[in-house]
Amino acid sequence: MKTPIYLDYQATTPLDERVLEAMLPYFRDKFGNAASRNHAFGWEAEKAVENARAQVAVLIGAESKEIVFTSGATEANNLALKGIAEMYREKGRHLISAPTEHKAVLDPLQRIEQDGGSVTMLPVDKFGQVKVSDLEQALRPETVLVSLMAANNEIGTLHPLAAIGKLCKARGVLFHTDATQGVGKIPIDVEAMGIDLLSLSGHKIYGPKGIGALYVRRRNPRVRVSPQIDGGGHERGMRSGTLNVPGIVGLGVACELARIELDAETLRLTGLRERMWAKLRSGLDEIHLNGHATERLPGNLNVSFAYVEGEGLMMGMSDLAVSSGSACTSASLEPSYVLKAIGVGDDLAHTSIRFGIGRFTTEAEVDFAAERVVIAVKRLRDMSPLYEMAKEGIDLKEVKWSPTEH
Amino acid sequence: MAYSDKVLDHYNHPRNIGSLDKNAADVGTGVVGAPECGDVMRLQIKVNEKGVIEDAKFKTFGCGSAIASSSLATEWVKGRTVEQALKIRNVDIVEELALPPVKVHCSVLAEDAIRAALADYQKKQVAASCAVDSGDGNSAEATTKAG
Ligand SMILES: Cc1ncc(COP(=O)(O)O)c(C=O)c1O
Repeated sequence: MKTPIYLDYQATTPLDERVLEAMLPYFRDKFGNAASRNHAFGWEAEKAVENARAQVAVLIGAESKEIVFTSGATEANNLALKGIAEMYREKGRHLISAPTEHKAVLDPLQRIEQDGGSVTMLPVDKFGQVKVSDLEQALRPETVLVSLMAANNEIGTLHPLAAIGKLCKARGVLFHTDATQGVGKIPIDVEAMGIDLLSLSGHKIYGPKGIGALYVRRRNPRVRVSPQIDGGGHERGMRSGTLNVPGIVGLGVACELARIELDAETLRLTGLRERMWAKLRSGLDEIHLNGHATERLPGNLNVSFAYVEGEGLMMGMSDLAVSSGSACTSASLEPSYVLKAIGVGDDLAHTSIRFGIGRFTTEAEVDFAAERVVIAVKRLRDMSPLYEMAKEGIDLKEVKWSPTEH
Repeated sequence: MAYSDKVLDHYNHPRNIGSLDKNAADVGTGVVGAPECGDVMRLQIKVNEKGVIEDAKFKTFGCGSAIASSSLATEWVKGRTVEQALKIRNVDIVEELALPPVKVHCSVLAEDAIRAALADYQKKQVAASCAVDSGDGNSAEATTKAG
């Protein structure tokens, strides 16, 4: 088995060989600019782009013309949120979202607030889901957009998209979903789910980095966004800039493969995830699943290993590539805001590890990883004053700690 | 982040993990940090009658640098007198382990843990001598009364 084993599929995914193969000609002889209308090089590039546009559209039940290529989901989110806030400014300046969203949603929303808009953050339950009844109460006459993610990148929790979309539709409010983690992993249909705008990204679905798309509904209703990047008027004026043809070709093939393999992959990954969880639970006490037991991404397992700090734990299993909600691993020195939002205390947030499994993860890798984790957690618990105290029956919540100021 | 060889060495082969009897008169215990902050260190020292730290143990909840800092701290205090141990500074730990700026707090915590353990030991010593003093006190009081 090759190590380190990659178990961080929510951070990014390796490029599928089939995607790479499809892209290569567009780096070489098919290098044309898709906007060159007067020669074969341009036509060839444009044809490839349109083919990819259709591949992306089919995956989410959209039409080709509704796909706007961007540099990734961050840009797609910016375009959706700021573009809608700007375009519908006269109609209203109120938006609704939730605290568990990715920074690529939260930060544009903050910008919109700075510019005079107002944003309501819906509460989430202990699994990270919003209640549709809370959304209903938060809607105002001046609400223009609801933005709620399809699947959370840290804890994998899925939102009830169809119910949210239905309510938005009934109230005449636009619905955007950051589906970066959901596209190609769970069934998504913009028609059936009443989605008006949807962000997706190539590198989370075995496609290349630096490419993504925003779906913008064209009918019932026709949605318009103010461009955030001005220039040559590409992408029907919504996103200027010479198209990244190899990237777009790669995104298209990645979407096609995801669509074909979705059902089988869902079964396989759910099986691997449950296998991993069962092995961890049989090997260790006092571990907690973060997120929802069933309404979650097939390839996401987020676990708190009480009394063992996440970064210290990762160091003890250096042949596994995982990520942690612990503060030590992030620049902010704050533990994960997603875990905080779902009510996981800072103490447990510091002990959390995210395992992301995906297309190239094997059963043997999962078994190896689970074994490694169990060994590392046991070793660190033997070194942990907290574990010793807990085993002595001391209630750690009652202890007077001396938090330091550094 | 890449770890220095010394951090890795202490993490993989921590020195002096374990516990001493925290109720013993010759043992000082320092517990610093908080679970909510992601590090808790417990450092214990055992001081002999010559005032020399003859044993030290630690347990740490924290990242690799926190574990390494406390492991190193136990190594350094052993064989020193209480006064010498008080001179250990976090910057020495930073230097020895080549800690990056974001991990300096681990060394600060280790220094705090040493000081807390020493303070606990000294408090126990004072309490013990106070117990003797209080006998004197009584007699002093008696003397005063007699006077
Ligand atoms: C939920 C979510 N939204 C947005 C992004 C940003 O995507 P991109 O890297 O394509 O900008 C990510 C990935 O980090 C994500 O997980």
